[in-house]
Amino acid sequence: MKLLTHNLLSSHVPGLRPGGGFPLRIELGHPSELPPEPLPNYEADEEFLRRLHHVLLEVEVLEGSLQCPDSGRRFPISRGVPNMLLTEDEA
Amino acid sequence: MKKLKLKELESCLQRVDTFESPKLLLEQYPTRPHIAACMLYTIHNTFDDIENKTIADLGCGCGMLSIGSAMLGAGFCVGLDIDADALEIFNSNIEDFELTNVNVVQCDICSLSDSMSNTFDTVIMNPPFGTKHNKGIDMIFLKTALQMAKTAVYSLHKTSTRQHIQKKAAEWEVKMEVLAELRFDLPASYKFHKKKSVDIEVDFIRFSAKKVLN
Repeated sequence: MKLLTHNLLSSHVPGLRPGGGFPLRIELGHPSELPPEPLPNYEADEEFLRRLHHVLLEVEVLEGSLQCPDSGRRFPISRGVPNMLLTEDEA
Repeated sequence: MKKLKLKELESCLQRVDTFESPKLLLEQYPTRPHIAACMLYTIHNTFDDIENKTIADLGCGCGMLSIGSAMLGAGFCVGLDIDADALEIFNSNIEDFELTNVNVVQCDICSLSDSMSNTFDTVIMNPPFGTKHNKGIDMIFLKTALQMAKTAVYSLHKTSTRQHIQKKAAEWEVKMEVLAELRFDLPASYKFHKKKSVDIEVDFIRFSAKKVLN
């Protein structure tokens, strides 16, 4: 799953506020190499841009999970495929 | 990028692995390489809706249409399907074909509603027809596709539903063009069916995404 794909996904857990369930928090086995916020003047920071390009276009999340920001429900990612299906009880 | 001929595209698609044990209730069957190649060739050469575009494949199964799109120079393809087994085969196809711009998501198209509005340039799909206790699913796929697409939706529907679809298209204010009439031979569903396969007439349709009511 690329970051581009992650951008499309949102949580469909019933009962969320309008516009809720997005963006999903990506949980990996290891910490990210990027700072939590872009630094001021990031356009001039070559090193940061290189890492950003890599994360946006070249990184594929293979194993991990996506967490709904509102309900906390986790959607697993396995072998690069995020599973957004709700169980019968949830739907 | 080397221009791929129709015959070459069809040959490539013959290498796509398909369902090992198709699930009847999900109406799983592979889109035949010949049909996929003709569809994609038209979408690419007549309408230029593939090269460098973002493409969604709803009900992608093993990925025949997505892989074909990637071969014709799509910018980025996302396949969506409910079945983990099909997606596993799709994944191994992506590896075999060494594609780097195809991703796959497991989800239920029927519960997406408008969460992915206007997220893709083009949607290309061979949706379930609604013949297995899932009547109306073809229209749900179509409506969702029209919400997702910025430019066009290319889809296959039973010719017998053409009038119904025309009515809906008018209601949703989208332009509909039947590009071709095809004949599918689908494998027989039940053991007691005498014939090995059944022929159905299918329309290959282009919908231009103008406006869809929610």
